[in-house]
Amino acid sequence: MSPAVEISDLRMSYGGKAAVDGLSLEVASGTITAVLGPNGAGKTTTLETCEGYRRPHEGQVRVLGLDPIADHRALMPRIGVMLQSGGAWSGVRAEEMLRHVARLHAHPIDPDLLVERLALHECGRTPYRRLSGGQQQRLGLAMALVGRPELVFVDEPTAGLDPQVRRTVWELLEELRGDGVTVVLTTHYLEEAERLADQVHILDKGRLVASGSPLELTRGGTVATIRLVVTQPFPPGAPESLAAALGPTTELVVLDAHSLQVSGPADGTTLAVVSRWCEQHGVLPESLTLGQRNLEDVFLELTGRETAS
Amino acid sequence: MSSTGTFTPAPGAAPLARQVLAQAGMETKLLLRNGEQLLLAVVIPLLVLVGAVRGAPRLDLDSPHTSIDVLTPGVLALAVMSTAFTSLAIATGFERRYGVLKRLGTAPLSRSALLGGKVGALLCVEVLQFLVIGVVGLLLGWSPDLSVVGVLLAVLLGTGAFAGLGMLLAGTLRAEATLAGANLVYLLLLAGGAVVLPAEAYGGLGDVVSWLPSGALGEAMRTACEGSVPGRDLLILAAWAVAGTAAAARWFRWE
Repeated sequence: MSPAVEISDLRMSYGGKAAVDGLSLEVASGTITAVLGPNGAGKTTTLETCEGYRRPHEGQVRVLGLDPIADHRALMPRIGVMLQSGGAWSGVRAEEMLRHVARLHAHPIDPDLLVERLALHECGRTPYRRLSGGQQQRLGLAMALVGRPELVFVDEPTAGLDPQVRRTVWELLEELRGDGVTVVLTTHYLEEAERLADQVHILDKGRLVASGSPLELTRGGTVATIRLVVTQPFPPGAPESLAAALGPTTELVVLDAHSLQVSGPADGTTLAVVSRWCEQHGVLPESLTLGQRNLEDVFLELTGRETAS
Repeated sequence: MSSTGTFTPAPGAAPLARQVLAQAGMETKLLLRNGEQLLLAVVIPLLVLVGAVRGAPRLDLDSPHTSIDVLTPGVLALAVMSTAFTSLAIATGFERRYGVLKRLGTAPLSRSALLGGKVGALLCVEVLQFLVIGVVGLLLGWSPDLSVVGVLLAVLLGTGAFAGLGMLLAGTLRAEATLAGANLVYLLLLAGGAVVLPAEAYGGLGDVVSWLPSGALGEAMRTACEGSVPGRDLLILAAWAVAGTAAAARWFRWE
């Protein structure tokens, strides 16, 4: 199947500053793809170029095989867009707005179903401008889905939602994939990308710095961490003898009288050395955990920045 | 891929006519729900009408320019101006600000459907305004000799002229500047634009103001309510409509 989105060597610059700097990536049909990056990495600019809001300054963007500017009228009905904010009249009611967007489409999903799934009935007759941020987010998502698109772009779909609603949105996005819809999402929550995404693209300063499935990105690291907790305090001199046994490529930190942490080359020998040492010193492990890197570690390694907005 | 899933893709835009109807209905509803817009659309024109009719004799202004037969068509022209220019500009300015146009663009609402919807909403509101103002005018003793063709052409061309200018304002300025500008222009034209009072009431300036869209619309409405088709004024309105629409199409920014 041809890719749902193909971006090749996209460059966008504003006021002499490159917002997107030679970005190339593909989104496979029927997948959930997460675009991650710190603020200002170019995520929204890239998305808005795919949505036809911005014309590429250089390079090419193809969405469902179409040019988002030249083939605007053919493409728009086929995609669903969730903006980061706004997108509704200030005096409109949530359900009224959703029904209106539904009427602009040929075969919309029954708005009642989305109202129910996203708990929009709680918005009642409140005008849009007085809805909470989370309610506006949910309405934005519903508007993106109501036209039964083939491909949806969701810009930070769960920003400002409480954990329970966030889980509902995740289930919804997984159901979309199950029904054959391609989902492209930007997010600040690495947990969200790790749980949902088939493919993750990490952007930094307008460039692609890593791509892969969450598993591919988190394994293959060069450093493994072992954390050991024991039942009795370490015998005197024992940690030092472990450090000596592990050798200079490994770092050992004594956390307290009962626990220590070892970081070293990610191979089997480190673990073998630690267990042999336990046996020799008559140390009984209470727990021995192998630290697996998560997406957060990868992200920090690559971008050197926290993700919180 | 399941063929019966809730979200199984079935994309497509609704037919143009359905989109225009939906958009016109929605915009009419929102215009009528907004208190400030309603004030502009109905309350101010009615105050002008009743105030001028009742106040003129007391102020000893019992000139031919303040009779109910002259004032009512003028107030109808004012109503068209308030809706097609001021209300439209303010509403569109805030639609740009709040990303409504951006959102509906991918909804997918084409530009022609959006404009069609807006024109439909303006005409709906104008029908309501004409009913209310017309009935109050008749109660106050208005006895028109309507040229229906003349009135329809005056309303359509006047709406076209003012809507083009309103969209130009809304599409080029920030929402707050549009709000201020649209209200200011409305007040200036109300006072000095020969919309409610006939151009000849302005003495030497009369020749100038009758070329303004406000003057042309006022004159056209007064002539049409006396039974004739106002050719010259309709031509002036048509010229403004063409110029305003072309300028709006050229400079309107959607975001």
